[in-house]
Amino acid sequence: MHDLPQQLANGLLLGALYGLIAIGYTMVYGIVQLINFAHGEIFMIGGFGALTAWLWLPDGTGVLVALPVMILLGMVFSVTVAIGAERFAYRPLRGGPRLAPLITAIGLSLVLQQLVWSFYPKARDGALSFPHFEGGRIDLGAFSISRGDLFLLIAAPVCMIALGVFVSKTRTGRAMQATSQDPDTAKLMGINTDRIIVTAFGIGAAFAAIAAVAHGLKYGEVQFRMGFIAGLKAFTAAVLGGIGNIYGAMIGGLVLGVAETLATAYMENVPGMSMFGGGAWKDVWAFVLLILVLLLRPQGILGSRGADRA
Amino acid sequence: MTALLEVKDLKVAYGKIEAVKGISFSVHAGEIVTLIGTNGAGKTTTLRTLSGLLKPVSGSVVFDGEEITGVGAHKVVAKGLAHSPEGRRIFPNLTIAENLKLGAFLRKDAEGIERDIERSYERFPILGERRRQAAGTLSGGEQQMLAMGRALMSQPKLLMLDEPSMGLSPIMMQKIMETIAELKAQGTTILLVEQNAQAALSLADQGHVMEIGKIVLSGTGADLLHDESVRKAYLGED
Repeated sequence: MHDLPQQLANGLLLGALYGLIAIGYTMVYGIVQLINFAHGEIFMIGGFGALTAWLWLPDGTGVLVALPVMILLGMVFSVTVAIGAERFAYRPLRGGPRLAPLITAIGLSLVLQQLVWSFYPKARDGALSFPHFEGGRIDLGAFSISRGDLFLLIAAPVCMIALGVFVSKTRTGRAMQATSQDPDTAKLMGINTDRIIVTAFGIGAAFAAIAAVAHGLKYGEVQFRMGFIAGLKAFTAAVLGGIGNIYGAMIGGLVLGVAETLATAYMENVPGMSMFGGGAWKDVWAFVLLILVLLLRPQGILGSRGADRA
Repeated sequence: MTALLEVKDLKVAYGKIEAVKGISFSVHAGEIVTLIGTNGAGKTTTLRTLSGLLKPVSGSVVFDGEEITGVGAHKVVAKGLAHSPEGRRIFPNLTIAENLKLGAFLRKDAEGIERDIERSYERFPILGERRRQAAGTLSGGEQQMLAMGRALMSQPKLLMLDEPSMGLSPIMMQKIMETIAELKAQGTTILLVEQNAQAALSLADQGHVMEIGKIVLSGTGADLLHDESVRKAYLGED
């Protein structure tokens, strides 16, 4: 266990990534009680947007210089897709049976994957390489982090604090809280709730694009199927933290990231569990955790009991 | 004198079930008009339609000289029609101050908003004492005060109150009714829906009795208060 600090650092960084994606699930759920299962694909499309920006930029551009442009175009891609999905796929079904938008979301996921597959012929053969920072790992004493993780280390807290301030201090943020607590009464205050719903989709997608850039820098590649597992993990994080609660999404992400990392690293040392050790079982732990949460504390870590809304 | 609110032959349905079957009435500036009647008479449906939460099947609503039939709720409040809904519907996880601020969501005059929030605290001191507390921690009567204060924050030309006395203790109900009388004295126009017919009619200039989606009887508050059929049906006398 001498590498515990390192494993914890790895877990927290992975968790921050899950948390950033989980914001999109939780904000949309908090306001329209919809699980947007296409959110994983919105994350993936953010990654392709960022890569497109990188390929457009002249050869020899430094990663650090390119980064703002990549983030921006990633956001343009993901936010456009998210708002389009809300407008044309989900809004017509609002007020209908709850299963309808859920099935639509799954269909939309497949459509989005196929769209990227068709527009990005090179993506068909597997992963496309994503720009990354040159240089070795940064030694922080008890543990070290990769240069790609540095972006995540800065972006995740900045995004979370900005979102917290936005939701609690601004006029639109308060309107979002009001819409989430009671949409009809929010309308009586003069709040255009349709616009609030679009805002929730937009913020979630912007965060997903930042997460996609972080993911690209961390793993050095993007792939048209990467939204599926990342989306499911982030959904798990959102449920774990208490769906509908933005701080819950981040906490759920961190808990999930640490749990997954530690289980992968140490499960083989647990007596009788040696066969479950190692990276091959990595994705299983998230879903074990999801099942446990749904059984033992369905409202999640920060969720309130007995309410099926935020 | 033209009416501030003119409702003509309004019909509202939930699917195939007609809840309001063609009602007409008007409210003039400075008046209190009340709709009374039992549960399911269509009073709340009427208010929800006037504020734009429901779309009518047919009929017209003219407010302040402008047709607002079928206009979305968030636009209706901008025209000066505020609705304090049944069951109070305060935002439980927001503070009292934040609830009041949301009432002024469409106003841009920051100073005026601050001044009106202070006025709400003067009108209802308990709200001022607890301004930083989550609104969900208030008692039913205090929540009703907050709901009324919040509706007033939009500086409405017409305030619609849906069952403000519902579920309140007699003392708290007395206080709410006094507040309504005070608001009228200050010139606020009010459309009041109540099950407590006695209290509502004593305050009202005009009253309408609703039964299963229709207005069956209209008159001044005093007339209805002394009407034999009203006394029998709604004031518990035989």
